[in-house]
Amino acid sequence: MDETIRILIAKVGLDGHDRGALIIAQSLKEAGMEVIYTGLKNTPEVIADIAVQEDVDVIGVSILSGAHLVLMPILMDALKKHLAGDIPVVVGGVIPPGDIQKLKAMDVKEVFPAGSSLESVVAFIRKIAASRSKGTVE
Amino acid sequence: MFEAKLLEEIRKAREQWEREVQSGQGTGPERKDAFTTMGGIPVKRVYTPEDVAERGIDYLGDISFPGAYPYTRGIHPTMYRGRLWTIRQFMGFGDPRKSNERLKYLMKSGAPGLNVAFDLPTINGLGSDHPLARGEIGRDGVPVNSLEDMEQLFDGIPLGEVSTSLVIAYPPIPSMFIAMAEKQGVKPSQLRGTFQNDSICRDVGANVRVVPRRAELKLCVDVVEYATRNMPLWYPISVVGYQIREKGCTAAQELGFTLADGIEFVRAFVQRGMDVDSFGPRLSFMWNAHNDFFEEIAKYRAARRIWARIMKEKFKAKNPRSMQLRFHTQTSGVSLSAQQPLNNVVRVAVQALAAILGGTQSLHTNSLDEAMALPTEEAVKVAVRTQQVLACESGVTHTVDPLAGSYYVESLTKDIEDEAMAYIERIEEMGGVIECIESGYIQKEVTKAAYEYQKKVEKGEEIIVGVNDFLDDEQPNIKLLEIDEAYERYMCRAIEDLKARRDSKAAEEALDGLREAASRDENLMETTMTAVKAYATLGEIWDVYRERYGSFDEKAHITGL
Repeated sequence: MDETIRILIAKVGLDGHDRGALIIAQSLKEAGMEVIYTGLKNTPEVIADIAVQEDVDVIGVSILSGAHLVLMPILMDALKKHLAGDIPVVVGGVIPPGDIQKLKAMDVKEVFPAGSSLESVVAFIRKIAASRSKGTVE
Repeated sequence: MFEAKLLEEIRKAREQWEREVQSGQGTGPERKDAFTTMGGIPVKRVYTPEDVAERGIDYLGDISFPGAYPYTRGIHPTMYRGRLWTIRQFMGFGDPRKSNERLKYLMKSGAPGLNVAFDLPTINGLGSDHPLARGEIGRDGVPVNSLEDMEQLFDGIPLGEVSTSLVIAYPPIPSMFIAMAEKQGVKPSQLRGTFQNDSICRDVGANVRVVPRRAELKLCVDVVEYATRNMPLWYPISVVGYQIREKGCTAAQELGFTLADGIEFVRAFVQRGMDVDSFGPRLSFMWNAHNDFFEEIAKYRAARRIWARIMKEKFKAKNPRSMQLRFHTQTSGVSLSAQQPLNNVVRVAVQALAAILGGTQSLHTNSLDEAMALPTEEAVKVAVRTQQVLACESGVTHTVDPLAGSYYVESLTKDIEDEAMAYIERIEEMGGVIECIESGYIQKEVTKAAYEYQKKVEKGEEIIVGVNDFLDDEQPNIKLLEIDEAYERYMCRAIEDLKARRDSKAAEEALDGLREAASRDENLMETTMTAVKAYATLGEIWDVYRERYGSFDEKAHITGL
């Protein structure tokens, strides 16, 4: 089996702030992962479609618009409808501390608010992709 | 500026001093092998008159007096001794009624300049009821779908007495604003304020694109042409560097890319048949105020010098006011930390001081909670008070451009000017700023700079207090503003209600008139205004534009990755 981690970096909704998404994408590439970037202005449903078609190991969603509590449940449901609810999802962006637990309750695996280090993001994605390929994601 | 004999004496004394420093007499090693500005410009241990002389900086030609060409020291002879800058806080959230309350709160707090942010659907030309607008209503600005919403937004605010900035481009929202003011009894000729109206900064800086680039430019030129004829007190465009800087470019790149953006617009206005001195005095700019204090001050000074020369030499402006670069500043949002958020008050104060020492005409100070959410009233008040403390208590307003003549600041001003000019020349050689966005050149330069900066943060070469050093486990205990989803339901219902109540025949006819004008490539301000007054909605008006010009193809856009 190919060991290279395939990750979808996704921008959802109308949010145009892509500095974080592009920096993360670049650093995941340098860490040896295969990065697919959705570009901008995608509905959550479209992101789920791309994730399934591209058969990715992990989805990283970047949101800085404040719409995360509306758009993330739609994305998580869309993945389940595609029987792809097992693809781990992480979120980064401008996320108030009080919303982190709410996102995790939707089965988002981790949240990286502004100021998170690239190293911590890369390490978490490696870990989560590895545990998924061994079938040990809870 | 200095006589050769004196310079020679200074050189000898400096060399002696350096030998002593190198030999370590009375001092240990320095903390780093090399020091640079945040943008990577090398910074020497000490600057002397030699640095000013070596660069050929001439007092009368390059620095001169405030209010005198090339305006390095400021555009007004008396600057803040005459009039302080305008405290102009950017705001907008929830719905028009909620934002109206915040506008009035700001005015009451002593922030007289109004500055309205519109939400993502509105700036993307989509109604609140569009599928892509889901979850976005009122989160990053105020939603405005119709003239009715604009009336609610400015209800009870006397537009003839205040100055208003609208962070929006293209004819629809300006038309709603002008039509609303007319209903208040204020004529376009009496209105004071600014439309941001810079499609290029929105495109490359904020990724806001509605129709193809040349069509977006045309729609911005329509607004400027209308305002140049009808709104003599209005600034119909603010060429913006703020967003691209937030995206990660350096201070010198912010200047280079943005002044190239300004050149592209001036060229477009001239091609439309406008005389450079008809619109030149009504151009304005907007800059970021980031962390590196002296680099930012040097940036504002260099910006004025470059623009004055471009307008005079390249575009042959005759009116001195056409050569004066006037600007709004906003402190850097991206520099704020979610960790230990009270530290942000200090960051904002330092950034604001740089903007003031750089001679800004108006200023927005960010609030301490903005790395997490839109600001609460309490947080906004601290931001406003920060400006008032600087204005009233620090004494920096007593003299004009107090840093002029600093060997370091003058050298750095020249460094930034040279680097920015090199970018401007390269962009012009490559066919102008739109060509350079279409080829991906600018996006790649910005992403590269952002990534390099982030790597420095990762390695601890750049310290961000509370983020990669001086950490603690304390969770911030501050109340954040929450945007209720009820706003979204309200705005969608309001569109339905409006469509049921309005004279639909009049709205249809007005939209047909707009469609015809668009097919003839006329200036669309007047026909858009007619549609607005017939209560056609923002979404309907943009549908007509999209019919004519097509939608921007996001999938074909080069991201800079």
